[in-house]
Amino acid sequence: MGKITIDGRNVEFTDEKNVLSIIRKAGIDVPTLCYQPELSVFGACRMCTVEDDRGRLFASCSEEPRDGMVIFTNTAKLIKYRRKLLELLLAAHDRECTTCERSGDCQLQALANRYGVTDVRFSNYKERVPLDTSSPSIVRDPNKCILCGNCVRVCDELQSVGALGFAERGADATVTPAFQKQIAETDCVNCGQCRVYCPTGAITIKNDIDPVMDALADPTVRVVAQIAPAVRVAVNDAFGLEKGNNAIGKIVSFLKRLGFDEVYDTIFSADLTIMEEAAEFLERVQNGGKLPLLTSCCPAWVKFVGDQFPEFTEHVSTCRSPQGMMSAAVKEYFRDPAKAEGKKTVMVSFMPCTAKKMEAKRPNSFTKGEQDTDYVLTSTELIRMIQMSGISFAKLEDTPADDPFGIGSGGGVIFGVTGGVTEAVIRRLVPDQNPETMKMIAESGVRKDGFIREFSVPYNGMNLNICVASGLANARTVMEQVRSGEKKYHLIEIMACRRGCVYGGGQPRRSAMETTDDRTAGIYKADASMELKKCDFNPAITALYEGFAKGKEHELFHNHMFCAK
Amino acid sequence: MLDQTFYQKADEIIAFYGKKPASLIPIMQDIQGEYRYLPGELLTYVAGQIGITEAKAYSVATFYENFSFEPKGKYVIKVCDGTACHVRKSAPILEKFQKELGLSAKKHTTDDMLFTVETVSCLGACGLAPTVMVNEEVHPKMTPEKVLELLQELRGEKG
Repeated sequence: MGKITIDGRNVEFTDEKNVLSIIRKAGIDVPTLCYQPELSVFGACRMCTVEDDRGRLFASCSEEPRDGMVIFTNTAKLIKYRRKLLELLLAAHDRECTTCERSGDCQLQALANRYGVTDVRFSNYKERVPLDTSSPSIVRDPNKCILCGNCVRVCDELQSVGALGFAERGADATVTPAFQKQIAETDCVNCGQCRVYCPTGAITIKNDIDPVMDALADPTVRVVAQIAPAVRVAVNDAFGLEKGNNAIGKIVSFLKRLGFDEVYDTIFSADLTIMEEAAEFLERVQNGGKLPLLTSCCPAWVKFVGDQFPEFTEHVSTCRSPQGMMSAAVKEYFRDPAKAEGKKTVMVSFMPCTAKKMEAKRPNSFTKGEQDTDYVLTSTELIRMIQMSGISFAKLEDTPADDPFGIGSGGGVIFGVTGGVTEAVIRRLVPDQNPETMKMIAESGVRKDGFIREFSVPYNGMNLNICVASGLANARTVMEQVRSGEKKYHLIEIMACRRGCVYGGGQPRRSAMETTDDRTAGIYKADASMELKKCDFNPAITALYEGFAKGKEHELFHNHMFCAK
Repeated sequence: MLDQTFYQKADEIIAFYGKKPASLIPIMQDIQGEYRYLPGELLTYVAGQIGITEAKAYSVATFYENFSFEPKGKYVIKVCDGTACHVRKSAPILEKFQKELGLSAKKHTTDDMLFTVETVSCLGACGLAPTVMVNEEVHPKMTPEKVLELLQELRGEKG
């Protein structure tokens, strides 16, 4: 508690841990590259350096606030200092900005521009190193790394995977997996959070746009899209539209304009997932099957179980993810020659997630020897496609998704946020979808604050103990308690990315100044606006079970073996 | 693949220092003391045992010049290139070692695994400059001529 003077104005502070947070709270965007509120303070980039009344410079991210401090954030000395830092960073950086995936969205580029760095007087003596393209999800370009350590800390602290680390020292320092291994040879779960936290183009999404454009141009191919729940609340970010608002109608219109033959909605197969997963859950509860049941929607989490908790692989639900179920269903639907019309079907899924690219290639993501999902594009790639097309996204009308896989319930939409799968399961277990019942479920504890949520719901005279967690470090905490016997649950829902898919590794990045969680709000708002709340009331689901999928439920909707990758 | 005895030795060392992250450096030092280098597989094993990631262990091992993933020769020759030794002409001494043994700035160990030649920044024996250490033994006031004698002596010891 106290007051500090920032640039001559008094600013009160309460429990802020560092001076930087107070400066930002006061509305001043002091630049940072390595500071992330959710990660440990690293103090590597020195960009947040400020000056005190005695002319001393210090990094505001790692300085505790003291009552009566007097600081300046924008003096001539600081501007020169920051410009010099940027010049040094740029000197050792691959500055081929025009051909960089991050051009226009790069924090280093933006800061160089903001501080007017027009010349770099030092030459880059670093040897060029090859890119690491081993992962189906991300590409690492060490030539663009500025050693801020964000990826190292996010992988270790938030995800408890620790696939990346620093190596060597001083001018030789690099970020790399142990023993310079390729990223695909590590325990990397493909979550892509490193890419979300990377300020430059050193870690980017593996771009799969071109083969999709080729498929669209091929008249012998039927190109089918599915759009995941979390994508619809992220695309607006790039087009100056209200952030977090549901843009599904515009996305469908865009994909139709681009030439997709069919555009389906993954909330349909999310409903299907709940039908299957709730049935599996009840079967396990009633017949003494392996409990707790671990959700299987998140491929990064599934890989994490395989790598870190292999003794729990049988606890993982056999259900395919919504992406997997949709693709298997669509491919099967068009295997009927009457439907196929002589065309080959190519399935493209639009996901908030880099790990889905890996899931699509997993050996258990094939049906009848055919890969179910041909291409996975992230929200970020979708945004790129919209930009390339020149179509004004803001002006697009809303178009509904196509039948017969276009209708889903609110329970399917909330898959995009942590707790959503569980909430949809509970909705499945109740007999009605009255607003009072829905409200009761929402207030059961499933939407509580926090990254680990524990609560119980009554069902048939018993109490179902449930745990919902997001972020793999939190998942590890939960699983260690389960392993030690300290905690007992019937159901555990894990999403690898904190807050769920809305902040997935494939989503557009947010600047550090934005702290509102409009994407989660957007998902709940979309759910609130829908009349259909639960999967078993979805007529399209009933039609599917009575139609072509009859008798093929196991083949199409379940994994026949556990595969981590 | 390492012999099982390596893992047994590592287990002994880990047991001595305790299965905790803070034991990493002393464990690595003892392993290197035992084998004259730090076998990579063993580092991975140690990391798993003391509960840190492989990347973290690798990070620490590469931070310190002292740790080596390459097997070192029977005789580790450290040529001091600190300020005092440098001005007293340590460079020709290093060159002589490298020339005689067919080594370079990139290749540090002879193929017969007898000699490893490295430079160090300061041995703290500036009064004896230029200084060379062979394993734990200090050789003061070295000259390129003395390098030949020293190598002969070490080779003779082998025979």
